[in-house]
Amino acid sequence: MKPSSFEYVRPESLAETLDLLHQDPEESKVLAGGQSLVPMMNFRLARPSRLIDINRVPGLAGTRVEGDRLVIGTRTRHLAVQNMSGADPLARLLRSAAAHVGHLPIRTRGTFGGSLAHSDAASEWCLIARLLDATMVVESRARGRREIPAADFFLSIFTTAMEPDELLVEVSLPRLGDEHRTGFAEFARRAGDFAIVAVTTDLAVEKGVVTHARVCIGGVADTPFRSGAAEATLVGQRLDDDIATSPLARAAAEAAASEVDPPSDAHGDAPYRRDLVRAMLTSSLAQGVAR
Amino acid sequence: MTDQAEPTTWVGRSLPRFEDPAILRGWGTYVADIAAHDHGCLYAVFVRSPLASGVLREVSAPAHVRMITAADLAEVHPIAPALTRPDYVTVETPILAHDVVRFVGEPVALVLGDTPAEAEDAAELVSVEIDPLPPVLDASAAVLPDSPLVHPADFPGDPNTVVDGRITTGGYDEVSRGAAHTVEIEVSCSRQSAMPMEARASHAAYDRGSGRVTLSTTTQMPHVVRTGIADCLGIPEDDLRVIAPDVGGGFGAKMALAREDVALVHTARRLRRNLAWVETREENFLASWHSREQRYRVTGSFTEAGELVALGADIVADVGAYSCYPVTYGVEPLMAMAELPGPYRVAEYAVRARAVLSNKCPIAPYRGVSRPVQTLAMERLMDVAALQLGIDRLELRELNLVRDYPHRGPSGLIIDESSHLEALARAAELMDVEEFRERQRAALAQGRYLGQGFSCFAERTGYGTPAFAARSMVITPGYEQVQLAFDPSGGLVLRIGASPHGQGLRTSLAQVVADELGVDPGVVRVVHSDTDQTPYGWGSFGSRAMVIAGGATRRAGADLRDKVTRIAADMMECDPADVELAEGRATVRGTDRSVSIPDITRRAFHSSHLLAEDDVPGLDTTAFYNPGGTFSNAVHAAEVEVEASSGHVRITRFLVVEDAGVLVNPQIVEGQVRGGIAQGIANALYEELIYDDAGNLVTTSLMDFLPPTMQEVPQIEIHHLHSHSDQTITGAKGVGEGGTIGAPGAVLNAVSDALSPLGVGFTHMPVTPAMVRTAIRSATETTHSSTTSGGTR
Amino acid sequence: MNQVPLRLYVNGERHDVTVEPRKTLADVLREDCGLTGTHLGCEHGVCGACTILADGQPIRACLMFAVQAEGMSLRTVEGLAPDDEELHPVQRAFWKHHGLQCGFCTPGFLMLAAGTLEEDPDRSDEELVDILSSNLCRCTGYQNILTATKAAAAEMRE
Repeated sequence: MKPSSFEYVRPESLAETLDLLHQDPEESKVLAGGQSLVPMMNFRLARPSRLIDINRVPGLAGTRVEGDRLVIGTRTRHLAVQNMSGADPLARLLRSAAAHVGHLPIRTRGTFGGSLAHSDAASEWCLIARLLDATMVVESRARGRREIPAADFFLSIFTTAMEPDELLVEVSLPRLGDEHRTGFAEFARRAGDFAIVAVTTDLAVEKGVVTHARVCIGGVADTPFRSGAAEATLVGQRLDDDIATSPLARAAAEAAASEVDPPSDAHGDAPYRRDLVRAMLTSSLAQGVAR
Repeated sequence: MTDQAEPTTWVGRSLPRFEDPAILRGWGTYVADIAAHDHGCLYAVFVRSPLASGVLREVSAPAHVRMITAADLAEVHPIAPALTRPDYVTVETPILAHDVVRFVGEPVALVLGDTPAEAEDAAELVSVEIDPLPPVLDASAAVLPDSPLVHPADFPGDPNTVVDGRITTGGYDEVSRGAAHTVEIEVSCSRQSAMPMEARASHAAYDRGSGRVTLSTTTQMPHVVRTGIADCLGIPEDDLRVIAPDVGGGFGAKMALAREDVALVHTARRLRRNLAWVETREENFLASWHSREQRYRVTGSFTEAGELVALGADIVADVGAYSCYPVTYGVEPLMAMAELPGPYRVAEYAVRARAVLSNKCPIAPYRGVSRPVQTLAMERLMDVAALQLGIDRLELRELNLVRDYPHRGPSGLIIDESSHLEALARAAELMDVEEFRERQRAALAQGRYLGQGFSCFAERTGYGTPAFAARSMVITPGYEQVQLAFDPSGGLVLRIGASPHGQGLRTSLAQVVADELGVDPGVVRVVHSDTDQTPYGWGSFGSRAMVIAGGATRRAGADLRDKVTRIAADMMECDPADVELAEGRATVRGTDRSVSIPDITRRAFHSSHLLAEDDVPGLDTTAFYNPGGTFSNAVHAAEVEVEASSGHVRITRFLVVEDAGVLVNPQIVEGQVRGGIAQGIANALYEELIYDDAGNLVTTSLMDFLPPTMQEVPQIEIHHLHSHSDQTITGAKGVGEGGTIGAPGAVLNAVSDALSPLGVGFTHMPVTPAMVRTAIRSATETTHSSTTSGGTR
Repeated sequence: MNQVPLRLYVNGERHDVTVEPRKTLADVLREDCGLTGTHLGCEHGVCGACTILADGQPIRACLMFAVQAEGMSLRTVEGLAPDDEELHPVQRAFWKHHGLQCGFCTPGFLMLAAGTLEEDPDRSDEELVDILSSNLCRCTGYQNILTATKAAAAEMRE
């Protein structure tokens, strides 16, 4: 359980980081929080020959509001997201999802951007990025800055649309007006573990009617799964106060469960994951309405 | 909390532990710490088999890799633990695999490096060529005539069957045939890992001057490890000193001789170097002893009134690829065979208990050994029978529990003074069954599933040699001896053969000594876990240390008290009967005449010419205790809520009424009970080792094998009863394993109770949320739903 | 071999060491700084035995390379007590309430509890359970760890 040997470099600026990535993109790996990378290195499942530690690069951490967008720096720690202020639906959603990310000593180090770049389809930030159609801002020396929509960003488990010489710099999320009802629910057998299935939802509700619906599911595919069927079921419908037991929630849950094609593994077989999609979708919708 | 008032003796007090201050400051010394401080040692990494079964063709490495293989160990004897039973088949465990590999994780080569990372680098360069063979992975198939063999042994019965024990009482056939009701269930348990927080580690220090090796290792039984290694290497035991420094939990997984330790000591002697091996968590899952992969087919024969008149059982334990030293792979089936009836009066008993080989990691004892599964079997039988017979489940238990003591069971075990009926009555009252039933009905009306479950058990503790001899063990553990000695300045040292690793024995035994000698327990230094410093003993396992080492300690204390009293009486010219020992002084009763302990010890050592003629100089004694064994008992009760949509089980209440006789240190006892229950709950709901169809272990990290956290383990209410048994000198009965033994039965009964409206019940542990969902799904999808994949209702 | 000089500040003391970049902070603390109170139970971030405080915050020392800790203020279990006579309130509470048995997980729990309570001793039971669920213990069943942490919190609030 000791990593194989690597060269360690610690750039002190973004330009220096991009230069380093440019020199040797295939063999380099960016080290931010390290909470997923280092375990894989300890198991020798990952063996980069060069680690580029971006923890001392200024300007990569923190959040800022730009008009109707919230921009989250790539090295913003999970704990900083959990401690974010704001009573708007987006801030509430981010805080509630952050509370599910590992445990406190993981959240003090692990980063928002690192989690996205790791592209684990069950992880909280990947789901939320996909739910809200976030924009990933990536940068390289060769091609400068470019933006990748979340829909195109996650290619597979541990694989994103970023080129090896690119760094995820920041992520831009749409701020949500008060008409939005967001929720996040996940099921893990043990506190703090990766979810077997996680569901996050965002409904825009006007005069009691759903005008816009987004449903994103983790643990059922290689990438975060947007359930078009569930979204279509919800849009245009009137929300009951007791959504958890409402026919609408049941219909949305059934739509999502029929649409997904989950894998079977030691943590749960496909029928069980479908059951969890039903349960977590219902619970996520209920959270939104309870607010 | 304890029901006892603050006692006037040291025994009975919840003294904070003497062990703790050093550990709390980070000054504990665990084996890996010794390695970390030894900058001159080489690190060993074991290259392990990647295949479950195969012919080992070649192990090779580049010339610069320092590698040891089986060829280098030609003169080292294999480990071959044995029982003298005719049905026992001995298989040999080579120190490193040669010719054949038999499980994924089996050690094939040892590679050395200057640092742990460099040793791993070197290990990656080793190439292992294996011709794969079809693995044996299922115990029911392994015993069929056409099964491949895990070992080419001469099996007297079925293939791969290494223990095949049977007991049938004379009247079994007739009574079971004539019974009014027959209830059959099948109970099973997935493979378990004891998973101590500290994985295994060893540090072998070679002393050039003496040629001796000091092995510091994570063991529960240092003396036995020394015997085992010396026998393998063919050296006198005194060439080896074995130390178990602070040990980070064992739970049974550290009471078997490790092949790795034999290889390490041999290599240290050959290279004349210090070597260290620190097991990774992954290796710990792969290769450090599994347990409890068992299946029980149980048949209970009941009278119309509910009396259990005959019990039949067919028990199969999948014991993996090799035996374990010293207790052997007979430990699980033979314990199950002897103890299955547990706390119930069963006159007629027919049991077959087998150990079957497989191409998986070998088994060793894990807290409770077979009893968590045995108890699950009996307690599910009681609940299922209660439903089938239409009798209240607690009344059915009451009717059948042992009530007169001593009670001789059908396998010959004798249950000494216990409190089964009282414990059940107390638990029923505290759990308020009627009130619960009301809450359960109200919840069900809202679509919520609540359940309540009970579990009764008898925990055989403090096994002496007769108990182990009954298993025909070639190496028969059981007794303990202690040496208690004053030094001239009045300092007091107790040397024990037991080997605590978290049980607080340094504190509890000091309490026992303090009462005997009228001293403060703080002056008693307890020395343990070092073969150079302690008398031969069997270590700490099987809920035995407080009973056996405690009994020996009390005897030693009493012996020394006599001598101290005699000398004091001489000094004060009084009758020894008038001398009283208290607060570090000997006083003539009713007077102010007294001498201090140091006055007495100085005289014993330095003025021995003044001693009585038949007194030897000095003040020390050796005492010995070898009890037949005593039973503690308990009732566990759990309340759960099952979330139907996810299958999640939440334990909302857990209660224990237990009887461990005299509690030497109640806080320590309760710590043992709570910790044991946490492991029982883990066994019932969370933990399992899973092999795939090729014999690869799938659960090799703590993300796949799931020890519960504080969120999952409930608060545990403990209530004590105190029966007085004459089978234990201190009055203390063992409690180390009880928590783990009782909890699964209570939890599975509670989950089954919760889902009884759906006709769903569970007899396999762990019950996972996926299993719960599957059972609910099939119960609600089909109209007739008396059985499910989860088992019999 | 690829070794780099490194200056670490642990428990207020300076440690100048030369290590490979691949060496985790936990291993450097144990082997190069001689501070073996920080234990390794899994080396993949789940068990929490290696939890220490870095700039006051609990972290997994097995998931950080020592080279990354340059310039940080590190605190391990050896630095918890004010001196050889006194214990930290969390240590005292674990002792009194029997919050440890084998002691292997104890340093991690102490650092987690101490870091959390020093930041804010006013925490609800629910918060404490959530935080203490970060680490695994195999001996105690956790109840006494919670009791001890609550007792320490009460003392630290005074």
